[in-house]
Amino acid sequence: MGAGHVHRLYRHGHTPVHRLPAHVKLLALVGFVFVVVATPREAFWAFGVYAVLLGAVAVIAAVPARFILRRMVVEIPFVVFALLLPFLAVGPQVEVLGLSLSEDGLLAGWNILAKGTLGVVASILLAATTDARALLMAMQRLRVPPVLVEITSFMVRYADVIADEMRRMKIARESRGFEPTRRRALQVVASSAGALFIRSYERGERVHLAMLSRGYNGRLPSLEVQQASASAWVAAAALPATALVVSVLAWMSL
Amino acid sequence: MTPSVVPSLDVEGLAFAYPDGHQALYGVNLRIERGERVALLGPNGAGKTTLVLHLNGILSAGAGTVTVAGLPVAKQNLLEIRRRVGIVFQDPDDQLFMPTVRDDVAFGPANLGLSGSDLDDRVHLALSQVGMLEFADRPPHHLSFGQRRRVAVATVLAMGPEIVVLDEPSSNLDPASRRELAEVLLSLDVTLLMITHDLPYALELCPRSVVLSEGVIVADAPTRDVLADPDLLAAHRLELPFGFDPRTPVPNVPRGGTTSPGTVPA
Repeated sequence: MGAGHVHRLYRHGHTPVHRLPAHVKLLALVGFVFVVVATPREAFWAFGVYAVLLGAVAVIAAVPARFILRRMVVEIPFVVFALLLPFLAVGPQVEVLGLSLSEDGLLAGWNILAKGTLGVVASILLAATTDARALLMAMQRLRVPPVLVEITSFMVRYADVIADEMRRMKIARESRGFEPTRRRALQVVASSAGALFIRSYERGERVHLAMLSRGYNGRLPSLEVQQASASAWVAAAALPATALVVSVLAWMSL
Repeated sequence: MTPSVVPSLDVEGLAFAYPDGHQALYGVNLRIERGERVALLGPNGAGKTTLVLHLNGILSAGAGTVTVAGLPVAKQNLLEIRRRVGIVFQDPDDQLFMPTVRDDVAFGPANLGLSGSDLDDRVHLALSQVGMLEFADRPPHHLSFGQRRRVAVATVLAMGPEIVVLDEPSSNLDPASRRELAEVLLSLDVTLLMITHDLPYALELCPRSVVLSEGVIVADAPTRDVLADPDLLAAHRLELPFGFDPRTPVPNVPRGGTTSPGTVPA
């Protein structure tokens, strides 16, 4: 049984960042992301400061750079889009290394790249220091609608089960001589995906049946709640608060 | 068993047809006294699962009644019925859906309104009954199949059931897990109804067997007698494993309490 995606994001540790209650960290992340997004894109130096701030969090949380870099591949589609923008956008052009690029496009691409990357890294840091169950408790604590918490909880629970099923189907395909390089491959993979969907759907029905059998009435019982001390709030607020100061300075310097 | 005591389960004249017209049960009568362990045998498609889903009101009868410890299965008592009837489904991954074992065992009693230390006590007791206490904080996916099935049993024990119904409890278990589960089941002080194709398991665990075939009960007798009747078995697609003779006396090994299955490494 392989550890699935959800658990691979978490990195066990006992640092001050790990110890902070999850809902406090979650709010700090959301606050930080909002501040970053609200920063004017022309204030290049501000994004450098944000990166340094995240670097400091990573050091305190003892999360190595390699760990973060490997998980940043999730961002690649956005990077591609951001890199295309200078070629696609219209407006005043500038010459860069002999290429004629759109000035607006360059700025827009930079905007997506910088803000996206900071958000992704911040999320990776949260996931690395907070296990999935604590995040669920945090969502519940922060009054996220129960249906969303339940959906997330089931995703956490069944991501591995479905990944296992997918792996077994792949092994079964290949055991019967399937080569993923052939032309018919796409069709076969597509029908496997369909079969996987139906299986998951049917499993959903069985899980629901099992839940009803244990008195499920439409609401999951609440998980236990972790209390946050004032000092935890202050510690977690350090990141978004510093970022806010930077953002305000950036607006004033325009 | 004195018949004057209210039986754990009383099914009378139960008939059921699925919405597509397929008739699955044709008038089933079954009475199980408190503390009995009964095996429900029958070929695939005999209606065993359909019968079980009537016991806690997931399906409701076309005709006939189901009564659990004196309480009829009806819409207004569903929560109490589901407390009294604990169903352990075949695939533990269907049953265990919370992030940790502890949360999952707490799910049922929490639905019954328990909280705080009462809830903790229930969870603690149920997990120790199946020897899985030390795994309380693990995610279910990280347990072996046999361990997951024992946790699934704990999830219904935590509700304080009158009767535990197990759907194919020995399926997919390796022999050691199969034996550990048998020890757990024998140590429990509840009424047990066990659907199984595993006839030796039925003989080991259940003094009484009921054969369901094509929607009716065709035999209800001591398990040893049912298994020793080749004509009955052949008529209802039941087969003993190769080399197995139900008339061989079983050594009377003390069970339950002498071994603790939880200490066996995963």
